[in-house]
Amino acid sequence: MEYKPVRKVVSGNYAAAYAVKHARVEVVAAYPITPQTSIIEKIAEFIANGEIDNIQYVPVESEHSAMAASIGASATGARAFTATSAQGLALMHEMLHWAAGARLPIVMVDVNRAMAPPWSVWDDQTDSLSQRDTGWMQFYAENNQEVYDGVLMAFKIAETVNLPAMVIESAFILSHTYDVVEMIPQELVDEFLPPRKPLYTLTDFDNPISVGALGTPNDYYEFRYKLAKAMEDAKKVIHEVGKEFGERFGRDYSQMIELYRTEDADFVFMGMGSLMGTVKQAVDVLREEGYKVGAAKVRWFRPFPSEELYELAKDVQAIAVLDRNFSFGQEGILFNEAKGVLYNTDAKPLMKNYIVGLGGRDFTVNDVRKIAENMKAIIDKGELDVEVDWYHLKR
Amino acid sequence: MEIPENVKKRLSIPADEHFYAGHTACQGCGASLGLRYVLKTYGKKTIFTIPACCSTIIAGAWPYSTLDAPLFHTAFETTGAVMSGIEAALKVKGYKVKGEDGVMVVGWAGDGGTADIGLQALSGFLERGHDALYIMYDNEAYMNTGIQRSGSTPYGAWTTNTPGGKKHFLEKRHKKKVIDIVIAHEIPYAATASVAYPEDFIRKLKKARDTPGPSFIQLFSPCPTGWRSPTDKSIELARLAVQTAYFPLFEYENGKYKINMPSPKKEPKPIEEFLKYQGRFKYMTKEDIEILQQWVNHEWEKLKKLAEIFG
Repeated sequence: MEYKPVRKVVSGNYAAAYAVKHARVEVVAAYPITPQTSIIEKIAEFIANGEIDNIQYVPVESEHSAMAASIGASATGARAFTATSAQGLALMHEMLHWAAGARLPIVMVDVNRAMAPPWSVWDDQTDSLSQRDTGWMQFYAENNQEVYDGVLMAFKIAETVNLPAMVIESAFILSHTYDVVEMIPQELVDEFLPPRKPLYTLTDFDNPISVGALGTPNDYYEFRYKLAKAMEDAKKVIHEVGKEFGERFGRDYSQMIELYRTEDADFVFMGMGSLMGTVKQAVDVLREEGYKVGAAKVRWFRPFPSEELYELAKDVQAIAVLDRNFSFGQEGILFNEAKGVLYNTDAKPLMKNYIVGLGGRDFTVNDVRKIAENMKAIIDKGELDVEVDWYHLKR
Repeated sequence: MEIPENVKKRLSIPADEHFYAGHTACQGCGASLGLRYVLKTYGKKTIFTIPACCSTIIAGAWPYSTLDAPLFHTAFETTGAVMSGIEAALKVKGYKVKGEDGVMVVGWAGDGGTADIGLQALSGFLERGHDALYIMYDNEAYMNTGIQRSGSTPYGAWTTNTPGGKKHFLEKRHKKKVIDIVIAHEIPYAATASVAYPEDFIRKLKKARDTPGPSFIQLFSPCPTGWRSPTDKSIELARLAVQTAYFPLFEYENGKYKINMPSPKKEPKPIEEFLKYQGRFKYMTKEDIEILQQWVNHEWEKLKKLAEIFG
């Protein structure tokens, strides 16, 4: 069948819901939280209208239970999905470890939202980045198209390496903003994403298994190693699945870091998620103005694209890392990770951390220009002014 | 030893064993006995969810399992939620759930994981109407973590965080009535049971299996380690809990209450009968015993009235 995309104007959340439908998800257990809610509402609507049939929808009493029920469903062999945001993701935290430890390929959309207090419903990446060490893969979407594509790819990757995956989109900037999304006809999604073949199920009654039992000091260590290995192996699978997606549907995701006009760049802006759309636009403007700049969009934060980062870093003079998040007592989380990766290599670009857009603070092309001016001054001088710059701070 | 078929048919308790020898329960453990009866009744087509509790240990460390049935060990507060997910997945995969030829989804959790941290997930499970059975085995404290008080610990009981001393014991609250909280959800079937009355327990397990919708059994389950009682007195104590009406056996079925006491005409024995052999009650004074007796009397009268009005 020839690929003819179906174009729909949808929000990021509806893009996620359509992807869930097209992925033939079998169990959705979810709890409402702003701004995630319209994902599960749309799925409920699909079910009510008979647009999805072979599915069980479990309206649970908390996010903690949403993840627990997804775990039960996934361990029984079903393709399971849930979605959340901020405080909800924090409440799930314990069970995220359980999902990864039990090697269950659950896919979840997290709509990046700032953590309270003060209460905020706007964009901030600290919620998902706080889940860094749970054993979940993390894909950051730049736009609604990447939300849709990301969910479909995440299922395929997760079910290959038997690890859960999070697809992350920005609160309101994507979740509630409408844009054209090219959707894939069901038959072609089915070819790309066949039914799940579970690693194990709880329904093998003749050979019953016990999952999650006590692991003594004699065994626990090896369990952790296998999880670490699966995460490392995921890099290859991400590359292959991203490439296959490109060959089938024209959008190539084989690179974990998407490079934009970096070939001859003196310095690059690096970041994740929707803010990189603004950055790419700014790069075009700045190029017109004579800056030799590029953008490096980190698509997958877990596993971390260390090799790709090294390749990028050895060819540029400096990297401006834009973090819409912060690790208190240290620095921006992406900045921290990127510096760590490069320490034992011979690539030593100047690296500066800009904390931007926390809690939904606007981040515009003009902001990128100001950062470019500052970066240029640093490069000319050959040394940093400050390492971590709270760029938007009202002084 | 193979039991002849004609003898097997006459047995009131199934002869089949799906709970392996070599488990790691303490001597005189009521919970391990309860688990054995559940497996005898339901056989291999049972999927267990067990949260953090004594049974995590009893079921065995990786790679061993005491249960001849699939088991998902889960986090403390999630029994109700995980079994909901399992039930949903079974349905989407086309399995028959519940009934004699169906798959039984069983949550098996202690009183701490049910009355306290797991109450919310239990409530969600009940309210959504999943076809599964939640069994709370009630040994009246957090036994696996070293005998701390739970919401199900009775008035006057010593635990490590409600110790008795020269002046006072610290547990001043009566046992939380989890079964009443469950019944408030108006589910089709709920019951109390005791390891001292296996025929009654197995009959209730079968009823839970054959009644569509969520069901709940609160199983009284002695713990010699936590109760400071002799290991050979567990069954006697479980029986005395029923005979004193401290833990009466009853069923709630589609809005109706039915008391099923072994000797219906006999008046309950005094509560002292139940308190004996148990080191955990040694700090109780005469007045304390009276306070506990009053509570037992009150609850017993309440139950009898409920059975009379809604029988």
